[in-house]
Amino acid sequence: MNSIISVKDMCLWYGDHQALKNLNVEIPEKSITALIGPSGCGKSTFLKTLNRMNDLIPGVRITGDIRYKGADIFDKEVDVSNLRKEIGMVFQNPNPFPMSIYNNVAYGPRTHGITNKVQLDEIVERALRDAAIWDEVKDRLKKNALGISGGQQQRLCIARALAVQPTVLLMDEPTSALDPISTSRIEELILELKEKYTIVIVTHNMQQAVRVSDYTAFFLLGELVEFGRTEDIFSQPMDKRTEDYITGRFG
Amino acid sequence: MVITNKKSYIKQTTDYNTKLQKKLWYKGSKAQRLEHIVHGIFLLLGLITVGCVLLITIYLFISGIPAILKIGIVDFLFGKEWASTAAEPKYGILPFILTSIYGTAGAVAIGVPVGFMTSVYLSKYASPKVKSAMQSAVGLLAGIPSVVYGLVGMLVLVPGIRKIFNVPDGAGLLAAIIVLAIMILPSIIKMSVTALDAVPKEYEHASLALGATPTETYFRVSVPAAKSGIAAAVVLGVGRAIGEAMAVMMVAGNVPNMPDSLFQSVRFLTTAVSSEMAYSNGLQRQALFSIALVLFLFIMLINAALNFFLKGEGSKSN
Repeated sequence: MNSIISVKDMCLWYGDHQALKNLNVEIPEKSITALIGPSGCGKSTFLKTLNRMNDLIPGVRITGDIRYKGADIFDKEVDVSNLRKEIGMVFQNPNPFPMSIYNNVAYGPRTHGITNKVQLDEIVERALRDAAIWDEVKDRLKKNALGISGGQQQRLCIARALAVQPTVLLMDEPTSALDPISTSRIEELILELKEKYTIVIVTHNMQQAVRVSDYTAFFLLGELVEFGRTEDIFSQPMDKRTEDYITGRFG
Repeated sequence: MVITNKKSYIKQTTDYNTKLQKKLWYKGSKAQRLEHIVHGIFLLLGLITVGCVLLITIYLFISGIPAILKIGIVDFLFGKEWASTAAEPKYGILPFILTSIYGTAGAVAIGVPVGFMTSVYLSKYASPKVKSAMQSAVGLLAGIPSVVYGLVGMLVLVPGIRKIFNVPDGAGLLAAIIVLAIMILPSIIKMSVTALDAVPKEYEHASLALGATPTETYFRVSVPAAKSGIAAAVVLGVGRAIGEAMAVMMVAGNVPNMPDSLFQSVRFLTTAVSSEMAYSNGLQRQALFSIALVLFLFIMLINAALNFFLKGEGSKSN
C-alpha cells in the first residue's frame, strides 16, 4: 500500500487538555479508512487536523508531524487554502449554502478562479453525477439547495467537495443525521468514490465501518489503539480494548 | 401512618386532589381571577402604544389635509418656492422634499459602506477584545444626543468645509450629509453585526473546507446569508436620517433653497416644521402640519420596507 498521509508522533491539546496522544498512522492511498471509537475519543479531532480545520478553534496546539504526499502540512510556507482544496471535507450535518444547487457546486471552482460558464457547467454536472444525485436535481439546478431532502443535501455537499477535484475526502460521520435509505445510498457512493479518491471516514456505526472501509483505526481516550485492515480488526483484533469495543462491551 | 382501609385512603387522596385542582385552576378560582387581571393589565399597557400611534396618525391626517387642499396638492408638493411670511405667501415644499431625499441618500452613500465594512470587521475579523471595545464605542455613538452632533458639526465641520472647499459658508447640504452619515452608523453597524453573527458557522466552515480564504468566505457566503438583515439595517439607517431634525438644523444653514449644490444652505422636511412652528399662524401653521404629514408618510413607507426585509429574514430561517 502507498500511503498518502503520514502522521508521526502527533499530539493535540485543547488548552490544557490533551485530546490526542502520540498518534502514528499511515493513511493508504485510494482506499477507505474508517476511524472508529466511542464519543470523545478524538477521532473527529484527528480528522479535522488533516485539513487543518482545527486552526479555526482557538487554543488548539499541535505537535508532531503530518505529511501529505511527503510535505509537512504545518509548514509556514503551506497555503492552507490549497491544502484544503487537495483534502476536501464533508461534515456531519448536511450544510449546503443557502443558494441554488448549481451555485453550491460551482462555489469551489469559482473560488479557485474558474469563471467560464461552459467549463463550470461541465464541472457541476460531473460532480453531481459522481455524487449520484444528478438525475434527482438536474431539472432544478436553479432551485435553493435548502429545499431538497437531508439525504440529497448530503450528496450535494459531497458533490460540492468533489467539484474542486480533491485527492483526499474527509468525512465526519456523514450519515449520522440521515435515515437508513439515504445512509445506504451514501455508503454505495463512498464505495464508488474509492476508485478516484482517498477517503477517511469517521463513523459511530461499526457495521458501516465493516461495510465500506478497507482499513480501520480504533481510537480510545485520545490514543490510536489499533490500526489495520478492516477484516483483521473486526475478526482478530490484537488489542483487548479493540475487542471489547467491537463486541459491544463499552462505548 | 398505618393504612387500615385502602379504599378509603384512595378516596381521601382523590378528594384532596380534586379540591386542590378546584382551588387552583377551576374557573372563578382566586388564581384564575388573578391571571385574568394580570392579562388585562398587560393588554391595556400594550394598547397604550397602539393608541398613541393611531392618535398621532389620525391627528396628522386631520390637521395636515386642509392646507394641502387649500394650496392644491400639486402646488404644495411640487412648488419650488417656500415663502410663508411673504405678503403673497408661497407654500411649495419641493425644496424640503428634495433636501430630505438628497440628504438621506448622501448619508446612506457614505454611512452604509463604512457601517457595512465595520460590521463585517467586527463580526468576522476582530478578536473578542477588540470587538467588545469597538461595540461599546458604537453603543456610545448611538447614545450621543443629536444636539451634540449638531454642535460639533457647527464648530468643526462647518468651518472645515468653508476652508477646504473655499466657499463663503460651510453650513449646507454637505455638512448635513456628513453629520447624518455619522449618526446613522450605530444603527447600521449594530443590526448588521447581529445579522452577520447569526450566520451559521457551518456555512463558513463548508466554504473554508473548499479552500476559500476567510475573506472570500465572508463576502461570498456570510454576507449573502445575512443580506436581509443587512438590508433591514440600511432601511433603519434611512429612517433615522430622514427623521433627524436637531443636528441638521444646526449645520444645514436652514434656508428654504432648492438643493442645487452640495454647499447650498438648505432646509429639511423635519426642520421646516420645527423652525417655523413657534411663530406660525393660519394657513402657514396648517401647512406645517401638512409637511409633517408628508414626512410621516415617508417614514411609513420606510417602515413598510423594513418589515418586508425582516419578514424575509424570518421566512428564510424556517
